Amino acid sequence: MAERERRTTPPYGGVFVPRTRIMDAEAVRRAITRIAHEVIERNAGLEDVVVVGLQTGGVPLARQLADELERIEGTEVPVGTLDVAFYRDDIGLRPVMPEAVTNIPVDLGARVVVLVDDVLFTGRTIRAAMDALTDFGRPRAIQLAVMIDRGHRELPIRPDFVGKNLPTRRDEAVDVHEDGVDLGDMVKGARR
Amino acid sequence: MRHLLSISDLGREGIEELLDLTDSFVEVAERRIPKVPALRGKNVVSLFYEDSTRTRLSFETAAKRLSADTMNFSVSTSSVKKGESLKDTVETIEAMGIDCIVVRHGSAGVPWQIASWVDASVINAGDGWHEHPTQALLDCYTIRQELGGFTDKRIAIVGDVKHSRVARSDVLAFTALGASVTLVAPPTLLPPSLEGWPVDVSHDIDEVLPKVDVVYLLRMQKERQTEALLPSLREYTATYGLTRDRARLLQEHALVMHPGPMNRGVEIAAEVADLPRSVITRQVANGVAVRSAVLFLLLGSGSDLHV
Repeated sequence: MAERERRTTPPYGGVFVPRTRIMDAEAVRRAITRIAHEVIERNAGLEDVVVVGLQTGGVPLARQLADELERIEGTEVPVGTLDVAFYRDDIGLRPVMPEAVTNIPVDLGARVVVLVDDVLFTGRTIRAAMDALTDFGRPRAIQLAVMIDRGHRELPIRPDFVGKNLPTRRDEAVDVHEDGVDLGDMVKGARR
Repeated sequence: MRHLLSISDLGREGIEELLDLTDSFVEVAERRIPKVPALRGKNVVSLFYEDSTRTRLSFETAAKRLSADTMNFSVSTSSVKKGESLKDTVETIEAMGIDCIVVRHGSAGVPWQIASWVDASVINAGDGWHEHPTQALLDCYTIRQELGGFTDKRIAIVGDVKHSRVARSDVLAFTALGASVTLVAPPTLLPPSLEGWPVDVSHDIDEVLPKVDVVYLLRMQKERQTEALLPSLREYTATYGLTRDRARLLQEHALVMHPGPMNRGVEIAAEVADLPRSVITRQVANGVAVRSAVLFLLLGSGSDLHV
């Protein structure tokens, strides 16, 4: 399998084929603005707040959220990226390779980490991410922001900030990209 | 990929993928807790029939960074002393339930032989004069880190090429990545035939040094000198050693590398190893990250380099 192809192939194999546009780019932007206000409200400001995006889908959203936080409060927020490949619980069950090098720019001890991902599904990635984060120090709190909560949790994890709750079937797939959010299916052998 | 026996198993794409994966483990090493749970429950045994400090410790550290369990087998305190054959030793170890054997042996080909006997992954940590793939990978990683890549780079490998598994693996890896390699050695310390080696040969180090981006010094392997190949070590140092005077011939950006352990005052002057462009301790540090990448690729990733 070519590197590019493996990278775009999710756990269950196949290629994403979109069916319905759930949010357009403008709706995503508004959701980020609202989440930014919620983050500031919850933490009574931005003191000690660090935004960490999960590879790969959470990274651009984390950047946008941090920009929005800075715009509203006028203070700079550290932004990191986290790859959880080495913490996954399905190592040995499917191909697992890091997508990118993790970059946490500050010690997380006593910080409030706002973890950002695009889609919350089984919760296993978040479980892995919480394990990974604690290797960078002991955060005072970890809060979870996701653009889409699609249900089907397998672990006792719930998000603190949600762009949109989207009821889905288990076999459907959700894709968050720069033009918005699509609901569709993973199709084996299909071309994007 | 199940085993890492030779650099030629990887090819250019495989080497580059491994170096990319190594970046992630360099980052892990910088964390407050430099350990990830990726290989929990995996058992890695090092089976060393030859002495080694850095390679054995490096593999052990690499495995522990991944939370694997490690076992150590050293020949001097084992049943090999009682005459146990290699096959019996390997089968005994495998019966204990292991996932990976890291093997070093004085005879070329032993890792291949072991790979044919066991289900576990086998990593060649040096077989005779033949290959030492993880050393070559950490050398490649260090060069890429320092010089940014291999295109149009010139690398001189200086010294006892004949007895050097490091040189064999390095030539394969450096040339696969696009560098040009010059071997610099007295004729007695070159292999009897260099047919098929994509390298140039020189016997004049002073002429080569000003042109290269990397000078890679090999250890003078006193323990493998079975015949009188050199008049004396002093003469070798005078004609091929990287003395302080010779180091001045190097370009400012040129790296000085050595696989260790160094014979200070023989192939390398004592103070040259401490030059700013000497990356010898960097090689050791990178060795742990590269070996973590190899272990993760073989035991954890479930990924296949060659599909």
